[in-house]
Amino acid sequence: MPYTADRPDPAPSAEELRRRIPGWGADLDPADRPSYPKERDDVVTGAHWVLPERQQEREPRERSIEHGMLTPVFGTAQPLHGPAGAIRRYAYERYSEARAAHWLLLMLGDRVDSALSGLQAVPSRGPAALVGGTGLIKQLRSGRMLQPRDPRRADNAHVWMDPLVLAAPWLAGAWITWRVVRGVRRRR
Amino acid sequence: MRAMVYRGPYRVAVEDKPDPVIEHPNDAIVRVELAAICGSDLHLYHGLLPDTRIGHTFGHEFIGRVEQVGSSVQNVKPGDRVMVPFHISCGTCFFCSRGLLSNCHNVNANATAAGAIYGYSHTAGGYDGGQAELVRVPFADVGPMIIPDWLHDEDALMLTDAFATGYFGAQLGDVAEGDTVVVLGAGPVGLAAARSAWLLGAGRVIVVDHVDHRLRKAAEFAYAETYNFTQYPDIVALLKETTGHLGADVVIDAVGAEADGSLLQHITGAKLKLQGGSPVALNWAIDAARKGGNISVLGAYGPIFSAVKFGDAVNKGLTIRANQAPVRRQWPRLLEHIRAGHISPRDMISHRIPLEDIAEGYHLMSTKLDDCTKVVLTPPAA
Ligand SMILES: NC(=O)c1ccc[n+]([C@@H]2O[C@H](COP(=O)([O-])OP(=O)(O)OC[C@H]3O[C@@H](n4cnc5c(N)ncnc54)[C@H](O)[C@@H]3O)[C@@H](O)[C@H]2O)c1
Ligand SMILES: [Zn+2]
Ligand SMILES: [Zn+2]
Repeated sequence: MPYTADRPDPAPSAEELRRRIPGWGADLDPADRPSYPKERDDVVTGAHWVLPERQQEREPRERSIEHGMLTPVFGTAQPLHGPAGAIRRYAYERYSEARAAHWLLLMLGDRVDSALSGLQAVPSRGPAALVGGTGLIKQLRSGRMLQPRDPRRADNAHVWMDPLVLAAPWLAGAWITWRVVRGVRRRR
Repeated sequence: MRAMVYRGPYRVAVEDKPDPVIEHPNDAIVRVELAAICGSDLHLYHGLLPDTRIGHTFGHEFIGRVEQVGSSVQNVKPGDRVMVPFHISCGTCFFCSRGLLSNCHNVNANATAAGAIYGYSHTAGGYDGGQAELVRVPFADVGPMIIPDWLHDEDALMLTDAFATGYFGAQLGDVAEGDTVVVLGAGPVGLAAARSAWLLGAGRVIVVDHVDHRLRKAAEFAYAETYNFTQYPDIVALLKETTGHLGADVVIDAVGAEADGSLLQHITGAKLKLQGGSPVALNWAIDAARKGGNISVLGAYGPIFSAVKFGDAVNKGLTIRANQAPVRRQWPRLLEHIRAGHISPRDMISHRIPLEDIAEGYHLMSTKLDDCTKVVLTPPAA
Protein backbone atom coordinates (compact mmCIF):
# COMPACT_ATOMS: atom_id res chain seq x y z
CA MET A 1 0.00 0.00 0.00
CA PRO A 2 1.35 3.45 -0.84
CA TYR A 3 1.95 5.82 2.06
CA THR A 4 -1.08 7.95 2.86
CA ALA A 5 -1.69 11.19 4.76
CA ASP A 6 -2.77 9.28 7.88
CA ARG A 7 -0.59 8.26 10.78
CA PRO A 8 0.24 4.58 10.37
CA ASP A 9 0.39 4.16 14.19
CA PRO A 10 -2.50 6.17 15.61
CA ALA A 11 -2.20 6.80 19.35
CA PRO A 12 -4.73 5.40 21.83
CA SER A 13 -7.42 7.88 22.88
CA ALA A 14 -6.66 10.58 25.44
CA GLU A 15 -9.11 8.94 27.88
CA GLU A 16 -7.31 5.62 27.65
CA LEU A 17 -3.88 7.20 28.09
CA ARG A 18 -5.10 9.23 31.07
CA ARG A 19 -6.40 6.05 32.67
CA ARG A 20 -3.18 4.13 32.08
CA ILE A 21 -0.53 6.77 32.80
CA PRO A 22 -0.61 9.04 35.86
CA GLY A 23 -0.36 12.68 34.81
CA TRP A 24 -0.79 11.99 31.08
CA GLY A 25 -1.25 15.29 29.25
CA ALA A 26 -0.78 17.49 32.33
CA ASP A 27 1.47 19.71 30.19
CA LEU A 28 -0.45 19.27 26.96
CA ASP A 29 -0.51 22.94 26.01
CA PRO A 30 2.83 23.61 24.28
CA ALA A 31 2.61 27.29 25.19
CA ASP A 32 2.34 26.48 28.89
CA ARG A 33 5.58 24.61 29.51
CA PRO A 34 8.44 25.90 31.69
CA SER A 35 10.95 25.83 28.83
CA TYR A 36 8.71 27.42 26.22
CA PRO A 37 9.69 29.71 24.68
CA LYS A 38 13.39 28.99 25.06
CA GLU A 39 14.24 32.60 25.80
CA ARG A 40 11.92 34.54 28.07
CA ASP A 41 12.41 37.40 30.49
CA ASP A 42 9.95 36.36 33.20
CA VAL A 43 12.08 33.65 34.81
CA VAL A 44 12.48 34.67 38.45
CA THR A 45 16.15 34.39 39.43
CA GLY A 46 16.37 35.88 42.92
CA ALA A 47 19.25 38.15 41.86
CA HIS A 48 19.13 41.59 43.52
CA TRP A 49 21.96 43.24 41.63
CA VAL A 50 22.49 44.61 38.18
CA LEU A 51 26.20 43.94 38.15
CA PRO A 52 27.48 41.08 40.27
CA GLU A 53 30.33 41.97 42.60
CA ARG A 54 33.79 40.70 41.67
CA GLN A 55 35.45 37.81 43.41
CA GLN A 56 39.04 38.57 44.42
CA GLU A 57 41.72 37.08 42.15
CA ARG A 58 44.28 35.78 44.64
CA GLU A 59 46.53 34.12 42.11
CA PRO A 60 46.65 34.57 38.34
CA ARG A 61 43.59 32.72 37.04
CA GLU A 62 43.66 31.18 33.56
CA ARG A 63 40.79 32.05 31.27
CA SER A 64 39.55 31.38 27.77
CA ILE A 65 40.77 34.02 25.31
CA GLU A 66 37.20 34.13 24.04
CA HIS A 67 36.22 35.98 27.22
CA GLY A 68 36.83 39.73 27.30
CA MET A 69 37.87 39.58 30.97
CA LEU A 70 38.09 37.24 33.90
CA THR A 71 34.51 36.37 34.86
CA PRO A 72 33.34 38.07 38.09
CA VAL A 73 32.98 34.67 39.76
CA PHE A 74 35.22 31.69 39.08
CA GLY A 75 36.20 28.33 40.55
CA THR A 76 39.26 28.17 42.78
CA ALA A 77 39.66 24.40 42.94
CA GLN A 78 43.06 22.91 41.96
CA PRO A 79 44.92 26.01 40.69
CA LEU A 80 47.44 25.40 37.90
CA HIS A 81 50.78 24.04 39.06
CA GLY A 82 53.76 22.02 37.84
CA PRO A 83 54.35 20.69 34.31
CA ALA A 84 50.65 19.84 33.76
CA GLY A 85 49.80 23.38 34.82
CA ALA A 86 52.25 24.81 32.30
CA ILE A 87 50.71 22.78 29.47
CA ARG A 88 47.22 23.84 30.47
CA ARG A 89 48.16 27.50 30.80
CA TYR A 90 49.70 27.41 27.33
CA ALA A 91 46.50 25.87 25.94
CA TYR A 92 44.43 28.66 27.49
CA GLU A 93 46.72 31.52 26.52
CA ARG A 94 47.52 30.44 22.99
CA TYR A 95 44.39 28.85 21.49
CA SER A 96 40.71 29.71 21.38
CA GLU A 97 38.11 27.04 22.10
CA ALA A 98 37.55 26.75 18.36
CA ARG A 99 40.95 25.09 17.93
CA ALA A 100 41.42 21.37 18.39
CA ALA A 101 44.90 22.18 19.74
CA HIS A 102 43.30 23.89 22.73
CA TRP A 103 41.44 20.76 23.78
CA LEU A 104 44.11 18.26 22.80
CA LEU A 105 46.69 20.14 24.89
CA LEU A 106 44.28 20.14 27.83
CA MET A 107 43.88 16.37 27.41
CA LEU A 108 47.67 16.02 27.36
CA GLY A 109 47.82 18.10 30.54
CA ASP A 110 45.35 15.67 32.12
CA ARG A 111 47.50 12.65 31.30
CA VAL A 112 50.66 14.35 32.58
CA ASP A 113 48.83 15.44 35.74
CA SER A 114 47.61 11.91 36.35
CA ALA A 115 51.03 10.31 35.84
CA LEU A 116 53.01 12.85 37.88
CA SER A 117 50.63 13.06 40.81
CA GLY A 118 50.55 9.26 40.94
CA LEU A 119 54.34 9.09 41.07
CA GLN A 120 54.54 11.87 43.66
CA ALA A 121 52.21 9.99 45.95
CA VAL A 122 54.15 6.71 45.84
CA PRO A 123 56.38 7.56 48.85
CA SER A 124 53.35 8.20 51.06
CA ARG A 125 50.78 5.75 49.69
CA GLY A 126 52.97 3.08 48.13
CA PRO A 127 52.13 1.37 44.84
CA ALA A 128 48.43 1.95 45.53
CA ALA A 129 49.09 5.55 44.50
CA LEU A 130 49.45 4.30 40.93
CA VAL A 131 46.44 2.01 40.64
CA GLY A 132 44.34 2.37 43.82
CA GLY A 133 40.83 3.80 43.78
CA THR A 134 39.17 1.49 41.28
CA GLY A 135 36.82 -0.01 43.87
CA LEU A 136 37.73 -3.45 42.58
CA ILE A 137 38.84 -5.02 45.84
CA LYS A 138 35.71 -3.91 47.64
CA GLN A 139 33.58 -5.18 44.77
CA LEU A 140 35.32 -8.54 44.80
CA ARG A 141 34.72 -8.80 48.55
CA SER A 142 31.06 -7.88 48.29
CA GLY A 143 30.65 -10.44 45.51
CA ARG A 144 29.19 -7.90 43.13
CA MET A 145 32.10 -8.25 40.71
CA LEU A 146 31.53 -11.96 40.51
CA GLN A 147 27.95 -11.68 39.36
CA PRO A 148 27.60 -13.07 35.87
CA ARG A 149 27.58 -10.37 33.21
CA ASP A 150 24.64 -10.38 30.87
CA PRO A 151 26.25 -11.97 27.80
CA ARG A 152 24.12 -9.85 25.46
CA ARG A 153 25.42 -6.47 26.56
CA ALA A 154 27.09 -4.45 23.83
CA ASP A 155 29.86 -3.23 26.12
CA ASN A 156 31.12 -6.79 26.65
CA ALA A 157 33.11 -6.21 23.48
CA HIS A 158 35.34 -3.62 25.14
CA VAL A 159 35.28 -3.99 28.93
CA TRP A 160 38.57 -5.83 28.68
CA MET A 161 40.12 -2.55 27.56
CA ASP A 162 39.37 -0.74 30.80
CA PRO A 163 42.42 -2.12 32.66
CA LEU A 164 44.51 -1.06 29.66
CA VAL A 165 43.25 2.52 29.92
CA LEU A 166 44.14 2.37 33.61
CA ALA A 167 47.58 0.89 33.01
CA ALA A 168 48.47 2.71 29.77
CA PRO A 169 50.50 5.55 31.34
CA TRP A 170 52.52 3.06 33.40
CA LEU A 171 53.11 0.73 30.47
CA ALA A 172 54.22 3.71 28.36
CA GLY A 173 56.43 4.97 31.20
CA ALA A 174 57.99 1.54 31.68
CA TRP A 175 58.65 1.23 27.96
CA ILE A 176 60.29 4.68 27.76
CA THR A 177 62.43 3.95 30.83
CA TRP A 178 63.51 0.66 29.35
CA ARG A 179 64.45 2.32 26.04
CA VAL A 180 66.43 5.03 27.84
CA VAL A 181 68.26 2.56 30.07
CA ARG A 182 69.07 0.37 27.08
CA GLY A 183 70.26 3.38 25.09
CA VAL A 184 72.55 4.53 27.89
CA ARG A 185 73.98 1.01 28.30
CA ARG A 186 74.66 0.68 24.58
CA ARG A 187 76.53 3.96 24.47
CA ARG A 188 78.91 2.81 27.19
CA MET B 1 36.24 17.67 55.48
CA ARG B 2 35.88 14.32 53.74
CA ALA B 3 35.47 14.60 49.99
CA MET B 4 35.55 12.48 46.88
CA VAL B 5 38.71 13.14 44.85
CA TYR B 6 39.66 12.18 41.32
CA ARG B 7 42.99 10.37 41.04
CA GLY B 8 43.02 9.57 37.34
CA PRO B 9 40.90 7.60 34.86
CA TYR B 10 38.84 4.89 36.63
CA ARG B 11 40.25 5.93 40.02
CA VAL B 12 38.47 7.88 42.74
CA ALA B 13 38.79 7.96 46.52
CA VAL B 14 37.56 9.80 49.60
CA GLU B 15 40.21 11.95 51.27
CA ASP B 16 40.56 14.76 53.79
CA LYS B 17 40.49 18.15 52.16
CA PRO B 18 40.42 21.73 53.49
CA ASP B 19 36.89 23.04 54.09
CA PRO B 20 35.65 25.39 51.36
CA VAL B 21 35.45 29.08 52.30
CA ILE B 22 33.30 32.06 51.28
CA GLU B 23 35.09 33.69 48.33
CA HIS B 24 32.44 36.11 47.15
CA PRO B 25 29.76 38.07 49.04
CA ASN B 26 26.98 36.00 47.45
CA ASP B 27 28.55 32.59 48.26
CA ALA B 28 27.12 30.09 50.69
CA ILE B 29 28.72 27.02 52.20
CA VAL B 30 26.34 24.06 52.21
CA ARG B 31 26.72 20.95 54.37
CA VAL B 32 25.75 18.09 52.06
CA GLU B 33 23.11 15.65 53.29
CA LEU B 34 22.61 13.61 50.13
CA ALA B 35 24.51 13.54 46.85
CA ALA B 36 24.23 11.40 43.74
CA ILE B 37 26.42 10.07 40.95
CA CYS B 38 25.26 11.17 37.49
CA GLY B 39 25.92 9.53 34.12
CA SER B 40 27.80 12.74 33.34
CA ASP B 41 30.24 12.01 36.15
CA LEU B 42 31.18 8.84 34.27
CA HIS B 43 32.59 10.92 31.41
CA LEU B 44 34.92 12.56 33.96
CA TYR B 45 35.64 9.25 35.67
CA HIS B 46 36.70 7.73 32.35
CA GLY B 47 39.03 10.68 31.66
CA LEU B 48 37.03 12.01 28.70
CA LEU B 49 36.51 15.65 29.57
CA PRO B 50 39.47 17.98 28.96
CA ASP B 51 40.98 19.72 31.99
CA THR B 52 39.84 17.31 34.67
CA ARG B 53 42.45 17.92 37.35
CA ILE B 54 43.76 15.37 39.83
CA GLY B 55 42.26 16.17 43.23
CA HIS B 56 39.02 17.53 41.74
CA THR B 57 35.87 16.74 43.72
CA PHE B 58 32.99 15.70 41.46
CA GLY B 59 29.27 15.91 42.15
CA HIS B 60 26.62 18.24 40.79
CA GLU B 61 23.57 16.58 42.33
CA PHE B 62 23.23 17.40 46.03
CA ILE B 63 20.98 18.74 48.74
CA GLY B 64 21.99 19.93 52.18
CA ARG B 65 21.85 22.48 54.96
CA VAL B 66 23.20 26.03 54.61
CA GLU B 67 26.10 26.36 57.03
CA GLN B 68 27.41 29.83 56.30
CA VAL B 69 26.50 32.71 53.96
CA GLY B 70 28.38 35.67 52.46
CA SER B 71 27.52 39.28 53.31
CA SER B 72 25.10 39.89 50.41
CA VAL B 73 23.04 36.69 50.65
CA GLN B 74 19.34 37.39 51.36
CA ASN B 75 17.28 34.48 50.13
CA VAL B 76 18.75 31.70 52.28
CA LYS B 77 20.20 31.64 55.79
CA PRO B 78 22.23 29.24 57.90
CA GLY B 79 20.09 26.28 58.90
CA ASP B 80 17.91 26.32 55.78
CA ARG B 81 17.70 23.02 53.95
CA VAL B 82 18.24 23.58 50.25
CA MET B 83 18.27 21.79 46.92
CA VAL B 84 20.92 23.13 44.56
CA PRO B 85 20.66 23.01 40.74
CA PHE B 86 23.65 21.50 38.96
CA HIS B 87 24.30 24.70 37.01
CA ILE B 88 25.78 27.84 38.60
CA SER B 89 23.99 31.01 37.43
CA CYS B 90 24.54 34.71 38.15
CA GLY B 91 20.94 35.65 37.37
CA THR B 92 21.70 38.88 35.49
CA CYS B 93 24.00 38.23 32.51
CA PHE B 94 22.72 38.28 28.91
CA PHE B 95 21.88 34.58 29.08
CA CYS B 96 20.50 34.30 32.63
CA SER B 97 18.24 37.28 32.04
CA ARG B 98 16.70 35.41 29.11
CA GLY B 99 16.12 32.29 31.19
CA LEU B 100 19.13 30.37 29.88
CA LEU B 101 20.26 29.62 33.43
CA SER B 102 22.54 26.74 32.46
CA ASN B 103 24.41 28.96 30.00
CA CYS B 104 25.54 31.73 32.38
CA HIS B 105 28.40 33.86 31.03
CA ASN B 106 29.63 35.23 34.36
CA VAL B 107 30.74 32.05 36.11
CA ASN B 108 32.94 29.99 33.80
CA ALA B 109 36.29 31.67 33.15
CA ASN B 110 37.70 28.59 31.44
CA ALA B 111 35.25 28.27 28.58
CA THR B 112 32.61 30.22 26.73
CA ALA B 113 31.41 26.96 25.16
CA ALA B 114 29.86 25.85 28.46
CA GLY B 115 28.22 27.30 31.53
CA ALA B 116 29.48 26.37 34.99
CA ILE B 117 28.62 23.09 36.69
CA TYR B 118 29.61 21.96 40.19
CA GLY B 119 32.42 19.42 40.22
CA TYR B 120 32.52 19.02 36.48
CA SER B 121 36.15 19.78 35.56
CA HIS B 122 37.74 23.12 34.81
CA THR B 123 36.10 23.11 31.40
CA ALA B 124 32.90 23.67 33.39
CA GLY B 125 34.45 26.37 35.58
CA GLY B 126 36.73 24.63 38.10
CA TYR B 127 34.37 24.43 41.06
CA ASP B 128 34.65 21.51 43.48
CA GLY B 129 31.42 19.54 43.68
CA GLY B 130 28.99 18.07 46.15
CA GLN B 131 30.24 14.50 46.64
CA ALA B 132 31.72 15.84 49.87
CA GLU B 133 30.72 17.00 53.32
CA LEU B 134 30.82 20.68 52.39
CA VAL B 135 30.55 22.61 49.16
CA ARG B 136 30.92 26.24 48.08
CA VAL B 137 27.70 27.44 46.41
CA PRO B 138 28.25 30.64 44.41
CA PHE B 139 25.30 32.99 43.80
CA ALA B 140 23.40 31.50 46.70
CA ASP B 141 20.51 33.91 46.04
CA VAL B 142 19.99 32.53 42.54
CA GLY B 143 20.47 28.74 42.47
CA PRO B 144 19.39 27.10 45.72
CA MET B 145 15.75 26.65 46.71
CA ILE B 146 14.53 25.89 50.21
CA ILE B 147 13.18 22.31 50.22
CA PRO B 148 9.43 22.40 50.94
CA ASP B 149 8.48 20.43 54.08
CA TRP B 150 6.27 18.01 52.19
CA LEU B 151 8.91 17.07 49.62
CA HIS B 152 10.83 13.80 50.05
CA ASP B 153 14.61 14.45 50.24
CA GLU B 154 15.33 11.92 47.52
CA ASP B 155 12.79 13.55 45.19
CA ALA B 156 14.48 16.90 45.84
CA LEU B 157 17.82 15.29 45.00
CA MET B 158 16.51 13.84 41.72
CA LEU B 159 15.32 17.33 40.70
CA THR B 160 18.82 18.81 41.01
CA ASP B 161 19.60 17.15 37.69
CA ALA B 162 18.42 13.76 36.41
CA PHE B 163 14.63 14.06 36.54
CA ALA B 164 14.49 17.76 35.73
CA THR B 165 16.89 17.18 32.84
CA GLY B 166 14.71 14.45 31.35
CA TYR B 167 11.66 16.69 31.74
CA PHE B 168 13.51 19.49 29.98
CA GLY B 169 14.58 17.07 27.22
CA ALA B 170 11.00 16.09 26.48
CA GLN B 171 10.18 19.79 26.11
CA LEU B 172 13.16 20.28 23.78
CA GLY B 173 11.59 17.60 21.62
CA ASP B 174 8.45 19.74 21.43
CA VAL B 175 6.29 16.67 22.03
CA ALA B 176 2.73 17.25 20.79
CA GLU B 177 -0.41 15.26 21.57
CA GLY B 178 -0.29 11.79 20.05
CA ASP B 179 3.41 11.91 19.08
CA THR B 180 5.55 8.81 18.96
CA VAL B 181 8.64 9.49 21.09
CA VAL B 182 11.76 7.33 21.00
CA VAL B 183 14.18 7.71 23.90
CA LEU B 184 17.69 6.35 23.37
CA GLY B 185 19.23 5.36 26.72
CA ALA B 186 17.49 3.97 29.81
CA GLY B 187 19.76 5.65 32.35
CA PRO B 188 18.23 8.08 34.86
CA VAL B 189 18.01 10.85 32.26
CA GLY B 190 16.38 8.63 29.65
CA LEU B 191 13.94 7.21 32.21
CA ALA B 192 12.92 10.73 33.19
CA ALA B 193 12.62 11.88 29.58
CA ALA B 194 10.40 8.91 28.74
CA ARG B 195 8.23 9.46 31.81
CA SER B 196 7.94 13.18 31.00
CA ALA B 197 7.00 12.62 27.35
CA TRP B 198 3.64 11.29 28.61
CA LEU B 199 3.07 14.47 30.65
CA LEU B 200 3.40 16.42 27.41
CA GLY B 201 0.85 14.17 25.73
CA ALA B 202 2.86 11.55 23.83
CA GLY B 203 0.80 8.80 22.24
CA ARG B 204 3.57 6.24 22.31
CA VAL B 205 6.90 6.10 24.16
CA ILE B 206 9.66 3.69 23.15
CA VAL B 207 12.94 3.26 25.06
CA VAL B 208 16.07 1.67 23.58
CA ASP B 209 19.11 0.40 25.52
CA HIS B 210 21.22 -2.75 25.70
CA VAL B 211 21.07 -3.32 29.45
CA ASP B 212 18.04 -5.47 30.21
CA HIS B 213 17.49 -4.50 33.83
CA ARG B 214 17.39 -0.85 32.80
CA LEU B 215 14.85 -1.63 30.10
CA ARG B 216 12.72 -3.38 32.71
CA LYS B 217 12.95 -0.21 34.76
CA ALA B 218 11.86 1.81 31.73
CA ALA B 219 8.77 -0.36 31.35
CA GLU B 220 7.91 0.02 35.03
CA PHE B 221 8.95 3.59 35.82
CA ALA B 222 8.16 5.18 32.46
CA TYR B 223 5.37 2.93 31.11
CA ALA B 224 7.45 2.54 27.94
CA GLU B 225 7.70 -0.03 25.18
CA THR B 226 11.28 -1.25 25.24
CA TYR B 227 13.80 -2.66 22.79
CA ASN B 228 17.22 -4.13 23.49
CA PHE B 229 19.25 -3.09 20.48
CA THR B 230 21.58 -6.09 20.68
CA GLN B 231 18.59 -8.33 19.92
CA TYR B 232 17.97 -6.91 16.47
CA PRO B 233 20.27 -6.88 13.48
CA ASP B 234 19.48 -3.20 12.87
CA ILE B 235 17.70 -1.12 15.49
CA VAL B 236 16.97 1.75 13.11
CA ALA B 237 15.23 -0.57 10.64
CA LEU B 238 13.20 -1.95 13.54
CA LEU B 239 12.19 1.53 14.72
CA LYS B 240 11.13 2.37 11.18
CA GLU B 241 9.11 -0.81 10.93
CA THR B 242 7.28 -0.20 14.18
CA THR B 243 6.37 3.36 13.10
CA GLY B 244 4.87 2.29 9.77
CA HIS B 245 8.18 3.09 8.02
CA LEU B 246 7.88 6.83 8.70
CA GLY B 247 10.10 7.16 11.78
CA ALA B 248 9.39 8.74 15.15
CA ASP B 249 8.07 12.27 15.56
CA VAL B 250 10.58 12.92 18.33
CA VAL B 251 13.84 11.17 19.24
CA ILE B 252 15.65 11.99 22.46
CA ASP B 253 19.37 11.20 22.84
CA ALA B 254 19.88 10.36 26.51
CA VAL B 255 23.11 8.45 25.92
CA GLY B 256 25.95 10.81 25.03
CA ALA B 257 29.64 10.40 24.42
CA GLU B 258 30.12 6.81 25.53
CA ALA B 259 27.45 5.24 23.34
CA ASP B 260 27.74 1.59 22.47
CA GLY B 261 26.36 -0.08 19.39
CA SER B 262 29.38 0.39 17.13
CA LEU B 263 32.69 -0.87 18.43
CA LEU B 264 34.61 1.37 16.02
CA GLN B 265 32.80 4.52 17.13
CA HIS B 266 33.03 3.54 20.78
CA ILE B 267 36.76 2.91 20.63
CA THR B 268 37.64 6.01 18.61
CA GLY B 269 35.27 8.21 20.61
CA ALA B 270 35.35 6.92 24.16
CA LYS B 271 38.66 5.06 24.46
CA LEU B 272 41.15 6.68 22.08
CA LYS B 273 39.46 10.09 22.29
CA LEU B 274 39.99 10.74 18.58
CA GLN B 275 36.55 12.32 18.42
CA GLY B 276 34.44 14.24 20.91
CA GLY B 277 32.66 11.07 21.94
CA SER B 278 30.97 8.16 20.19
CA PRO B 279 28.12 9.57 18.05
CA VAL B 280 26.21 6.26 17.73
CA ALA B 281 23.10 7.43 19.57
CA LEU B 282 23.07 10.79 17.81
CA ASN B 283 23.29 9.07 14.44
CA TRP B 284 20.55 6.61 15.37
CA ALA B 285 18.42 9.58 16.39
CA ILE B 286 18.96 11.25 13.02
CA ASP B 287 18.12 8.01 11.21
CA ALA B 288 15.13 7.01 13.34
CA ALA B 289 13.37 10.38 13.32
CA ARG B 290 10.71 11.01 10.71
CA LYS B 291 11.22 13.70 8.10
CA GLY B 292 10.45 17.08 9.63
CA GLY B 293 10.79 15.52 13.09
CA ASN B 294 12.55 16.78 16.20
CA ILE B 295 15.69 15.57 17.91
CA SER B 296 16.42 16.50 21.48
CA VAL B 297 20.01 15.99 22.58
CA LEU B 298 20.62 15.63 26.30
CA GLY B 299 23.62 13.32 26.01
CA ALA B 300 26.89 15.05 26.78
CA TYR B 301 29.64 15.20 24.17
CA GLY B 302 33.24 16.41 24.31
CA PRO B 303 34.31 19.75 22.85
CA ILE B 304 35.96 18.38 19.70
CA PHE B 305 34.35 17.09 16.49
CA SER B 306 32.42 13.82 16.24
CA ALA B 307 31.51 11.85 13.13
CA VAL B 308 27.87 12.92 12.95
CA LYS B 309 25.69 12.14 9.91
CA PHE B 310 24.73 15.71 9.37
CA GLY B 311 23.74 15.34 5.73
CA ASP B 312 20.79 13.13 6.64
CA ALA B 313 19.64 15.68 9.21
CA VAL B 314 19.58 18.33 6.49
CA ASN B 315 17.86 16.17 3.89
CA LYS B 316 15.19 15.11 6.36
CA GLY B 317 14.46 18.65 7.55
CA LEU B 318 15.07 17.76 11.17
CA THR B 319 14.98 20.23 14.03
CA ILE B 320 17.83 19.48 16.42
CA ARG B 321 17.69 21.08 19.86
CA ALA B 322 20.20 20.61 22.63
CA ASN B 323 21.33 22.07 25.93
CA GLN B 324 22.52 21.46 29.42
CA ALA B 325 19.20 21.62 31.23
CA PRO B 326 18.24 24.83 33.03
CA VAL B 327 16.84 22.63 35.81
CA ARG B 328 16.10 25.49 38.20
CA ARG B 329 13.51 26.74 35.72
CA GLN B 330 11.68 23.37 35.74
CA TRP B 331 11.25 23.16 39.50
CA PRO B 332 8.01 25.04 40.16
CA ARG B 333 6.13 22.90 37.65
CA LEU B 334 7.83 19.65 38.68
CA LEU B 335 6.92 20.30 42.31
CA GLU B 336 3.29 20.60 41.21
CA HIS B 337 3.57 17.29 39.37
CA ILE B 338 5.08 15.54 42.39
CA ARG B 339 2.46 17.00 44.69
CA ALA B 340 -0.32 15.92 42.34
CA GLY B 341 1.06 12.37 42.37
CA HIS B 342 1.91 12.44 38.66
CA ILE B 343 5.54 11.48 39.14
CA SER B 344 7.83 9.93 41.73
CA PRO B 345 11.41 10.76 40.70
CA ARG B 346 13.01 8.87 43.59
CA ASP B 347 11.77 5.56 42.20
CA MET B 348 14.73 5.52 39.82
CA ILE B 349 17.25 5.21 42.67
CA SER B 350 18.79 1.73 42.89
CA HIS B 351 21.67 2.10 45.37
CA ARG B 352 22.16 4.05 48.60
CA ILE B 353 25.73 3.90 49.93
CA PRO B 354 28.04 5.86 52.25
CA LEU B 355 30.24 8.50 50.60
CA GLU B 356 33.24 6.56 51.91
CA ASP B 357 32.40 3.75 49.45
CA ILE B 358 32.75 6.14 46.51
CA ALA B 359 35.04 3.92 44.44
CA GLU B 360 32.51 1.13 44.56
CA GLY B 361 29.74 3.58 43.69
CA TYR B 362 31.51 4.77 40.56
CA HIS B 363 32.36 1.27 39.54
CA LEU B 364 28.73 0.17 39.90
CA MET B 365 27.39 3.15 38.00
CA SER B 366 29.98 2.65 35.28
CA THR B 367 29.53 -1.11 34.82
CA LYS B 368 25.76 -0.97 35.49
CA LEU B 369 26.13 -4.28 37.35
CA ASP B 370 23.96 -5.23 40.34
CA ASP B 371 20.93 -3.70 38.54
CA CYS B 372 22.39 -0.25 39.06
CA THR B 373 20.51 2.77 37.68
CA LYS B 374 21.21 5.55 40.17
CA VAL B 375 23.59 5.75 43.13
CA VAL B 376 22.87 8.02 46.10
CA LEU B 377 25.65 8.87 48.57
CA THR B 378 25.47 9.89 52.22
CA PRO B 379 28.42 11.83 53.68
CA PRO B 380 29.68 10.68 57.10
CA ALA B 381 28.38 13.64 59.08
CA ALA B 382 24.89 13.63 57.56
N1 LIG C 1 21.95 17.94 29.14
C1 LIG C 1 22.03 17.85 30.47
O1 LIG C 1 21.71 18.79 31.19
C2 LIG C 1 22.46 16.57 31.09
C3 LIG C 1 22.24 16.35 32.45
C4 LIG C 1 22.56 15.10 32.98
C5 LIG C 1 23.12 14.14 32.18
N2 LIG C 1 23.38 14.40 30.87
C6 LIG C 1 23.95 13.40 29.97
O2 LIG C 1 22.92 12.51 29.59
C7 LIG C 1 23.50 11.23 29.31
C8 LIG C 1 22.76 10.17 30.10
O3 LIG C 1 22.89 10.38 31.49
P1 LIG C 1 22.51 9.21 32.52
O4 LIG C 1 22.75 9.72 33.88
O5 LIG C 1 21.19 8.66 32.20
O6 LIG C 1 23.70 8.19 32.12
P2 LIG C 1 23.84 6.59 32.10
O7 LIG C 1 25.24 6.31 31.72
O8 LIG C 1 23.34 6.02 33.37
O9 LIG C 1 22.85 6.14 30.93
C9 LIG C 1 23.20 5.99 29.59
C10 LIG C 1 22.48 4.75 29.05
O10 LIG C 1 22.64 4.67 27.64
C11 LIG C 1 22.78 3.30 27.28
N3 LIG C 1 23.34 3.22 25.93
C12 LIG C 1 24.63 3.14 25.54
N4 LIG C 1 24.71 3.17 24.19
C13 LIG C 1 23.44 3.27 23.73
C14 LIG C 1 22.87 3.35 22.43
N5 LIG C 1 23.64 3.37 21.34
N6 LIG C 1 21.52 3.42 22.33
C15 LIG C 1 20.73 3.44 23.43
N7 LIG C 1 21.22 3.38 24.68
C16 LIG C 1 22.56 3.28 24.83
C17 LIG C 1 23.61 2.73 28.40
O11 LIG C 1 23.51 1.33 28.47
C18 LIG C 1 23.02 3.44 29.62
O12 LIG C 1 21.97 2.69 30.19
C19 LIG C 1 24.97 11.35 29.66
O13 LIG C 1 25.72 11.63 28.50
C20 LIG C 1 25.01 12.53 30.58
O14 LIG C 1 26.26 13.19 30.55
C21 LIG C 1 23.05 15.60 30.32
ZN1 LIG D 1 24.35 15.34 35.71
ZN1 LIG E 1 24.42 34.57 34.24
